Amino acid sequence: MMRRLVTLDQTVPIIFYVVMVGSLYMLFAGHNQPGGGFVGGLVAGAAVSLRYISGGIQEVRSTSRLKPWTVLGIGVIVAATAAVAPVLIGQPVLTSGYTVWEIPVLGDVALSSALVFDIGVYICVVGLVLMVFEAFGDRFEKER
Amino acid sequence: MAWIILIHAVVGFLIIGFGESLGRRAVYPALVPPLITLGWLATRLGAVVDGDTLSETISWVPQIGLAFDVRLDGFGALMVAIVSGIGVLVLWYAANYFPRRQYALGRLFGLLVLFSGAMVGLVVADNLLVLYGFWELTSICSFFLIGNRHSSAPARAASLQALLTTGLGALAMLWGFVLLGEAAGTYQISSLLADPPRGATVAPALVLVLLGAATKSAQYPFHFWLPGAMVAPTPISAYLHSATMVKAGVYLVARFSPAFVGVWIWRPAVVALGATTMLLGGLRALRQTDLKRLLAFGTVSQLGFMFVLFGMGTDASIAAGCVLLTAHAVFKATLFMGVGIIDHQIGTRDIALLPRLAQWRPLSAVLIISAASMAGVPLTFGFIAKEAGYEALLHSGTRFGGLVVAVVVTSSVLTFAYSARLVHGSLWAGGDPDAETAPADKEPSMAFLGPAVVLTGLTVLFGLVPGLLDGIASAATDALVHAVVGVHLAIWHGFNTALGLSAVTIAAGTVVFLVLGRIQPALALGSRIPDGGRIYRGILWGVNRGAGAVTGVVQSGSLPIYAGVVMLSTVAAPASALIGMPWDGIFEGADAPTPIVIASVTVVTILLAATVGAAVIRRRYAAALLLAGVGYSMAALFVVQGAPDLALTTVAVESLFTVLFVLVLRSLPERFEQTSPLVGRLFRLVISASVGAVVFLFALFAMSERLPSSTSQEMVARSLPDAHGRNVVNVILVDFRGFDTLGEITVLVAAAIGAVALARAVRRPGRPPDPPPEVATAPESPTGPFAAPDAAMEETDVRRLDGIHEGVEP
Repeated sequence: MMRRLVTLDQTVPIIFYVVMVGSLYMLFAGHNQPGGGFVGGLVAGAAVSLRYISGGIQEVRSTSRLKPWTVLGIGVIVAATAAVAPVLIGQPVLTSGYTVWEIPVLGDVALSSALVFDIGVYICVVGLVLMVFEAFGDRFEKER
Repeated sequence: MAWIILIHAVVGFLIIGFGESLGRRAVYPALVPPLITLGWLATRLGAVVDGDTLSETISWVPQIGLAFDVRLDGFGALMVAIVSGIGVLVLWYAANYFPRRQYALGRLFGLLVLFSGAMVGLVVADNLLVLYGFWELTSICSFFLIGNRHSSAPARAASLQALLTTGLGALAMLWGFVLLGEAAGTYQISSLLADPPRGATVAPALVLVLLGAATKSAQYPFHFWLPGAMVAPTPISAYLHSATMVKAGVYLVARFSPAFVGVWIWRPAVVALGATTMLLGGLRALRQTDLKRLLAFGTVSQLGFMFVLFGMGTDASIAAGCVLLTAHAVFKATLFMGVGIIDHQIGTRDIALLPRLAQWRPLSAVLIISAASMAGVPLTFGFIAKEAGYEALLHSGTRFGGLVVAVVVTSSVLTFAYSARLVHGSLWAGGDPDAETAPADKEPSMAFLGPAVVLTGLTVLFGLVPGLLDGIASAATDALVHAVVGVHLAIWHGFNTALGLSAVTIAAGTVVFLVLGRIQPALALGSRIPDGGRIYRGILWGVNRGAGAVTGVVQSGSLPIYAGVVMLSTVAAPASALIGMPWDGIFEGADAPTPIVIASVTVVTILLAATVGAAVIRRRYAAALLLAGVGYSMAALFVVQGAPDLALTTVAVESLFTVLFVLVLRSLPERFEQTSPLVGRLFRLVISASVGAVVFLFALFAMSERLPSSTSQEMVARSLPDAHGRNVVNVILVDFRGFDTLGEITVLVAAAIGAVALARAVRRPGRPPDPPPEVATAPESPTGPFAAPDAAMEETDVRRLDGIHEGVEP
């Protein structure tokens, strides 16, 4: 049985979601303000590492129902699909278009199709972090 | 015509993708494409026999004259009929051969359909490059079909051997095609053959093309892959490795022969190759006890005969070649089916272990008639073909014609003997008095025998009424020689030399068969003849050894050496760019202490302190934290200099990396060991210092270069209007340089998979962390290079190759 800290156990679940929301904000705001898929993914990774600190590899595994390599693969597929999709309508690879949506409260929001690509990058980085914990995270489970 | 090939591809991939749950019933959709092909051919056959040709062109890459040209002439129609006709019968046979459910049966049927489509494409292609494409597709299908049971090491080794051998030959052939195409100014086969190129490059080009044809059609010394391919299930052997795919080389020789027989090297090369193969294949077939291997060497021998006939290039020999091609497809597919039935019912196909099967009348009839056709006994299709061959070779009018006739007759004597051995061995247990009689309850059903009976019927029909084939044989020959020849096949041509030779063949063949037991020691000497298989295994062994040696030198396994090499290489390129740059003015900077400068100096002081601390401290955890301090200071510096995006990324990366660092550091000692000698430390110091100096100078030069950088300015300018993003860094990442990002995340994925595999391979329960000890044997097996697929060596090879992949599976 590993030792657990009450303070961590109580605070990490809350902080985890707060940080995740922040990472998603960075992902979607990235096109116009500091942020983007890569930074967003790293911040989400930091959130995952918080869970690791509080509960070890089991806590990390319970983050996502998907296996780490599945997450990683989905990320690459999303990004590659976004890159190749314009070819189907006769445009060069990675052409991006955009539309302006009027969303209540937020006002006019310009959505670029490059966002889909960025989402792929985000998922990839999260998957990468999960993979690293999967690779090295359970090594000392017995000792703890 | 192209739609026929497309149907094969669509149906084939559908079966591979969704047919697995159908099990054996996948045969029904698989039958559709070949049946459609046969129906389509039937509607066109009349016109083709009358001498018409159908052609289609789909433009592909017009800039280099590459077009998807297809063309159906008499010879193409004959080949399509063989490919699709035998295809239908083999699928019917396979429906009874395989159990209702078996691993990867859907994939097998899908691959058979894909192969059938590729083969049809190969024989109707009218462009050298298109033909090459289909040629390789058949090799790939063959690879997957031989290795369908991929859990078996011999199957994997055999499929790899077939792929490497035919693939290397095909590469040579492609080279030859390019030489020919450039010499002729066109890659269209029909116009190239109508007006064959002349010049210095033609002879070498033909040799290269011949290499491809010889490897594909298992000519000596490249024949070794074909007997090895017999590990495949029998329907595949019957279809790919006797009736169709191995004929691809013969097909190419037949197409090229009339046009290039005038080139001095063509006829001697092809005929010598064919004659050698025919003789040696027959000798090897006499020694086999495994019925499938016996048939495989028989196929090698017969393919050699076809090379001789087509290589001669006279009108009569080409006509005889067309007939032999058809007759061989019919009787050899039947024999394979028969042997497969024996294997299926009894559980072995070894002559020494088989019971007497002569009580199974229908099977006996099928085997005896087809073997008689192979041996050239009168009143069978094979006799008509062999007689035509003898006749053509006797009147070839070439200088070495007599020698060729002698070799061919000798080989035919051997063919008769091994045909007799096949029948005697399988039906009468090789004359073994102790052999049991066949169990009556295991007699194959008529449905199982059906396709073999149909083919046997054709053997008898064309043997008795050969005139039925006059039309298609004439059309095929006319298409090949570009003239009206007219072929008239008959059983009886009167008393002539060819008939005499047939009589001699049968008489001598009978004698050889009767004394076979006594001449086995002499035949065993034949295994001393060098064989391409030994060279193949030698090359494979050498490549593995070479790769091992190179890896041993390049991958020392020492992290300091890796890091040193990486850093020195990183420094070398910028340093060479700095040579000869003007040094004046690079140290100019801001004069007065502005707030930005003051803040920067503060941050840099912290940064330097953390850096020096990380280099000298002896505790690992402290060093990792100090490194994090370096990173956060860098982030602060970015903030001061006005790059929030970079700062954000740096902070995120640093936080994450510190956690990961601590994760890994737990498995290492708490302190750095102090074992590195003084020289080593000095060396590292020099590397670090030079890296620092070069990067510092390079940054200074880059900043002093006050010219506006057009790329970065344009990216900034176009970020909002073109990509609708105000964050230039992000726009560069996902839009302007999106390809780079895509490449980077792909590399990340590969690295992550590798890391997980490495980390887990060491800990997998029940598996030693070290690779299994290598069995370092010389590239020969103890039983000699002619023995059955050298199990020992091939197992070793497979293990070496598998060793690379060990631990990859999660």
